[in-house]
Amino acid sequence: MSRLWRASPLTYAALVLAAFLSIFPIYWMFVVASRSSDAMGQVPPPVTPGGNLGANIARLFGNTDAYFLTGLINSAIVATTVTASVVFFSTLAGFAFAKLRFRGRNALLMVIIATMMVPTQLGVIPLYLLMTKLNWNDRLPAVIVPALVTGFGVFMMRQYAGQAVSTELIEAARMDGCGTWRVYWNVVLPALRPAAAVLGLLTFMTTWNDFLWPYAVLNDPENPTVQLSLRALSDGYYQDMSQVFTGTAIATLPLLLVFVLFGRQIIGGIMEGAVKA
Amino acid sequence: MSVQLDARPPVLPAPTTRSHRLSRFDTRYSPYLYITPFFLLFAVFGAYPLAYTFWVSLHDWDLLGTDHAFVGAENYTRLLADADFWHAVVNTLGIFVISTVPQLLAALWLANLLNRQLRARTGWRMAVLIPNVTSTAAVAIVFGVLFGREFGMVNWLLDLIGIDAVGWKSNRFASWVAISAMVDWRWTGYNALIFLAAMQAIPRDLYESAAIDGASRARQFWSITVPLLKPTIIFAVIISTIGGLQLFTEPRLFHSGTNPIRGGPLRESQTVTMYMFENAFAPHYNFGYGSAVAWLLFALIAIVAAVNVLIIRRLGGQTPGGRAAKGDLR
Repeated sequence: MSRLWRASPLTYAALVLAAFLSIFPIYWMFVVASRSSDAMGQVPPPVTPGGNLGANIARLFGNTDAYFLTGLINSAIVATTVTASVVFFSTLAGFAFAKLRFRGRNALLMVIIATMMVPTQLGVIPLYLLMTKLNWNDRLPAVIVPALVTGFGVFMMRQYAGQAVSTELIEAARMDGCGTWRVYWNVVLPALRPAAAVLGLLTFMTTWNDFLWPYAVLNDPENPTVQLSLRALSDGYYQDMSQVFTGTAIATLPLLLVFVLFGRQIIGGIMEGAVKA
Repeated sequence: MSVQLDARPPVLPAPTTRSHRLSRFDTRYSPYLYITPFFLLFAVFGAYPLAYTFWVSLHDWDLLGTDHAFVGAENYTRLLADADFWHAVVNTLGIFVISTVPQLLAALWLANLLNRQLRARTGWRMAVLIPNVTSTAAVAIVFGVLFGREFGMVNWLLDLIGIDAVGWKSNRFASWVAISAMVDWRWTGYNALIFLAAMQAIPRDLYESAAIDGASRARQFWSITVPLLKPTIIFAVIISTIGGLQLFTEPRLFHSGTNPIRGGPLRESQTVTMYMFENAFAPHYNFGYGSAVAWLLFALIAIVAAVNVLIIRRLGGQTPGGRAAKGDLR
């Protein structure tokens, strides 16, 4: 085993610059969120937090155009439902593809990989017509149901199950009379936990951030997701930027929290997926 | 690869008991049951809409009309002569090029920096990935303000070094740059981690023998690292193409005020997806025409992705070091 190159002071200087560029816009979002509404016109622009956060939050939740609280609750409902469902169905299908033998397995797996390449966003128009028929327009099932399981999730779980779940253990469980369902529940799912957690985190963040499809199908301003509330704030006729930024900061906060707590796992998941892809 | 689960355990005789039949039924059919949810959902909400988009695009189909007259290719011929559509295509390609090229180069460089003995390794990785986890809508709004004409921080910084204020939202090219900055801010760190993962899979002794042969660091990077990263780079380019040509949230929220779906008063940064939305939803609700836009965008993505892959194959194939390194690896 040979060693990596040592990092020079120049390396650190470049990394500090990259980290600064990464973090500054987020930091600045919180700065403006904590200042009064005239912060926008100041020269030079303010770069330290002010003491106005509480007042801004109060005004934000009192804003009758943005329905910000409804947006937060809706996004929480959508993101948690989708996350739980994606993890469940993806681990189940990933287990089947990795560890069970059935006719057409490889062909079906290829289909799943192909679906990951299809830009399904281009189907928004018929999807919108479909939702109209189902009478789901402006309602949460319209954004939840199409996202309940993803090709990405199935593929990721299949890759992980192939190496992390011991075939001997499955065999032993089968000898003891376990059906495939009990094998999944008692043997496979526990072994898949680390990868399933990463999939859950990634799914939660993607769903929380989703804009295009909710924007198309949730047209009732009184029933938005949090990203649509942000749009309402930002498109408003009179723009009170400290209030808008308070909204963006609060909408970003759950993601930052998840990232700070589980960043290591998320990075591990992204990098492992990259090598296998 | 894996042990066959449907091979019957040899210890058992073959009594046709109820539980035995049940178990055979289980091993044979339950795999299909487990994968059905995905295929069902994809059929209804993925494949069907995409195919149906084509059907709708052949009709005069709007929100109010009940009889959707079949018009054949009329939507397409109209679209091909539609100056606003081509304007959006140029915007999309322009933003795509000036965002993707610097982004992938910066990501390679960043990955190379991260691929060293570092203190606080995870900390640096988190720092470069953090833009990727923040809400796109929030970021677009924040960048919209940073690039504001009167009080934006970017213009203020430019002013400090003696450059006149730029109309980041009113000048077409400037708005492309601003939106590209947003895209790059979000994706450079993510791609850097992907490249880093691939770099870590390169055997160290390749570099050692190159160093013994007197190759400089830079030479090693271009002759060993980059050629061996080619599959990963191609992967990143395809993903960037699919995502970049469908760009929507960033340009949409970069603009505010009246009619932001047009991407500025003179459509300075309206992308094709925005143009699709403008036609298919508010204000026009012309589903047929919007669907034609969707299909042409689909074609555009396929063409650009294929061209990109060809270019990159070509570039890599001409590096003599690439072949040498591959020979070493075997």
